[in-house]
Amino acid sequence: MSGHDHGHGHGHAPNPAPSHAPSHAMMRVNLHIWRQKDAHDDGRMVAYPNVECSPDMSFLEMLDVLNERLQEKGEEPIAFDSDCREGVCGMCSLTVNGTPHGPRKGTTVCQLHMRSFRDGEEIFIEPWRAKAFPVQKDLVVDRGAFDRIIAAGGFVSVRTGGCPDGNAIPVPKEEADQAMDAASCIGCGACVAACPNAAAMLFVGAKVSHLRHLPQGQAEQKRRAQAMVDTMDAEGFGNCSNYFECEAVCPKEIPVKVIAELNRDYLSASLTREERKADGGGGG
Amino acid sequence: MILDGKCPTGPIETRWERCKAELKLVNPANKRKYKVIVVGTGLAGASAAATLAELGYQVDAFCFQDSPRRAHSIAAQGGINAAKNYQNDGDSVWRLFYDTVKGGDFRARESNVHRLAECSRNIIDQCVAQGVPFAREYGGLLDNRSFGGAQVSRTFYARGQTGQQLLIGAYQALARMIGLRKVTMFPRTEMLDVVVVNGVARGIVVRDLISGKVSTHAADAVVLATGGYGNVFFLSTNAKGCNVTATWRAHKKGAFFANPCYTQIHPTCIPVSGDHQSKLTLMSESLRNDGRIWVPKTKGDARSPDQIPEDERDYYLERRYPSYGNLAPRDISSRSAKYACDEGRGVGPGGLGVYLDFADAIKRLGEATIRERYGNLFDMYERITGENPYQVPMRIYPAVHYTMGGLWVDYHLMSNLPGLFVLGEANFSDHGANRLGASALMQGLADGYFVIPYTIGHFFASTKQEKVTTDHPEFKKAEAEVTARMNRLLSINGKRTVDSFHKELGKLMWDKVGMARDRAGLQETLQKIPAIREEFWKNVFVPGSGEALNQALEKAGRVADFLEFAELLAADALHREESCGGHFRTEYQTEDGEAVRNDQEFCYVGAWEWKGDGKAAELHKEPLKYEFVHLATRSYK
Repeated sequence: MSGHDHGHGHGHAPNPAPSHAPSHAMMRVNLHIWRQKDAHDDGRMVAYPNVECSPDMSFLEMLDVLNERLQEKGEEPIAFDSDCREGVCGMCSLTVNGTPHGPRKGTTVCQLHMRSFRDGEEIFIEPWRAKAFPVQKDLVVDRGAFDRIIAAGGFVSVRTGGCPDGNAIPVPKEEADQAMDAASCIGCGACVAACPNAAAMLFVGAKVSHLRHLPQGQAEQKRRAQAMVDTMDAEGFGNCSNYFECEAVCPKEIPVKVIAELNRDYLSASLTREERKADGGGGG
Repeated sequence: MILDGKCPTGPIETRWERCKAELKLVNPANKRKYKVIVVGTGLAGASAAATLAELGYQVDAFCFQDSPRRAHSIAAQGGINAAKNYQNDGDSVWRLFYDTVKGGDFRARESNVHRLAECSRNIIDQCVAQGVPFAREYGGLLDNRSFGGAQVSRTFYARGQTGQQLLIGAYQALARMIGLRKVTMFPRTEMLDVVVVNGVARGIVVRDLISGKVSTHAADAVVLATGGYGNVFFLSTNAKGCNVTATWRAHKKGAFFANPCYTQIHPTCIPVSGDHQSKLTLMSESLRNDGRIWVPKTKGDARSPDQIPEDERDYYLERRYPSYGNLAPRDISSRSAKYACDEGRGVGPGGLGVYLDFADAIKRLGEATIRERYGNLFDMYERITGENPYQVPMRIYPAVHYTMGGLWVDYHLMSNLPGLFVLGEANFSDHGANRLGASALMQGLADGYFVIPYTIGHFFASTKQEKVTTDHPEFKKAEAEVTARMNRLLSINGKRTVDSFHKELGKLMWDKVGMARDRAGLQETLQKIPAIREEFWKNVFVPGSGEALNQALEKAGRVADFLEFAELLAADALHREESCGGHFRTEYQTEDGEAVRNDQEFCYVGAWEWKGDGKAAELHKEPLKYEFVHLATRSYK
């Protein structure tokens, strides 16, 4: 509850509330963080004991504070990605105690707060680990492979202008809702980082599912699945063995049923692949 | 200089049509001979890059994030306006135009706003065709919701993630063009300067954020879609990376900066919890439909809210604005919260918060109904604050959210620097002094999908230009300047971190150039900023090297630019002796605290020209004429 730490009653208190007073006592955590100079460096865990923080800090704010301390001592800060810090841009990407995005379900690490940890807790922070996501420095990885998968087919081939009226094609609400469930993927890559095979099936499935539930996306349904899966394989992602770790860590809680939908479209595309080749069709 | 926006004349509803009819065209076979640089991949940049590539131009697109999909447009929650009149409730292009001009407090260009309202309809069609999963009714047609500043239901939405879905639509269109090799994408690449050759913008200087390599790129035109400057306040609802560098660098190369003092403060954000705070989170304005805003009547009342009896609470919006109550407009709600906290009646840590209380609504409607309406927002609040808003009132406080000012552009969205086009939040053109909800997404996409593709062709077809390459001496010079500045930052080796300067600047700006401004405070700010800037260049510590990923160096460059830009913002606020929209000067208000606009003296766009380091910027005016919507005072009593 707010207010309880202000102490004095109201009335003549000369100093009603200290500026920016945290609402809880401070806590300390012992951090072990992956440091790696660049893509060619081997990298190693480095201990940062007794890092003081407030339970009201987000996990990334706790790292901000540590980085300020390191710089005050003349050291290089720990590189990590973040941007919106409201759980929607998909930029943040930390594995905390072995779990991508940390212990809280349905939450990106930027929305995780220190109150989810105990005073004195040991916390291990690592980058996403996957062959297709090479580490570039410390906790920063290259997720360009995801962009290349989308560029291979994760779209509807329409150009700007000349589109029919928005209400020309009704979409049943249930279908639109399912499309939206899948479309809420933020492309963070936690699914890949959690998968023992580093598979990208949840990510690819989410895009395939989003577009296959809408009439606008159905014309290219098979071609899309084929092109995206081919690119996914070429990028070095592994195969799905139904561990379902991806679903467990997905901050947007995208269900594994999208993988089943992807498999259905991919299988169907494989059966008609030769036919389409003969027609001269291609992605895009 | 009196600036000319080159707006068409004549009947407002035919201006854009006639303009398009008169624009010169580039032959389809010749388009591939032109190269366009697009900086920024939010709604405006991604839609522009995709569309220009579809037309056949060569496009190089740049963003500082690791993927074009992460631009901050993604965080917009509420929706996008369009004059579709699907609800049969009397909406029209005219009405959207009217609402936007009035909502902008009569400081936007009528011609631009009307074009925006016209394009709004095409945007919805375009996005539906791309597969944007807009909310639908059971019959399968598109659903709408209501938003502030309008009496019709014209807002299209995709749950609370409209910006995300529209951006993904534009990103996918862009990705398709990347896959077809029509766009070359440069992610994790930050623009650090514009290159001007013979008075025309012909390229940019960039830094690869991974390798640290500085390089130059030449083109026939440069399009900036680099967003707003809200992070000059350090704390805002903007993403951490949002910055003024691209537009400020362009300004220093000759582009005028218009109306920088128009900043929008959103009333319902989660308050600051401590010095560690890195950004602020918006809570949708829709909460004010059922929540009641109050503070204790007594100064410094530290009791928990449930211990404060009804007659010791001040529901100040209901008291002061009985007809609008808790739904008073953004600027008024924000200022009222500030006044309550300034009086020492704020709640929560630091006393910078007011209650948004759902107890009455829960009693009246039941917790289940409230959960259905706002469940995701309540969850988000709980995740951030650790408090359960079903049991204790939310605490909210205003935060910087959007900036209406930006680089000056004409009707073609070209700045006064030929060849430099500016789109979306980065320009100044469509929202006047205050933006209405659900209009930012509309403007970004209108500019990118439906305006720039026409006007850039006219620029190419009507201007004869020699080809330039990056071997040109101007490119070498600009690259050397960027490298020298970076090396200077790295060599200062001082005692203070970049963030400490950014926070110091932000606090000053928020205190003196935030929700309420006055002459003395602005003059004081104009004294203090140069001192902070001087100390920055003497005492900042930027570790590491320029030849590697170096996030401290990236921030240092951005903060150095904020330290210059802030002065222009404050100077603009000082010069504009009136209160309008997002600019409130305490000297210009009625007895009961309402804004007083001065149409006699300030009905113009204030566009500033850079005159060199240590010299005051020069003001140029573009007079604003209201031929169709007549100047009137807003009232919400």
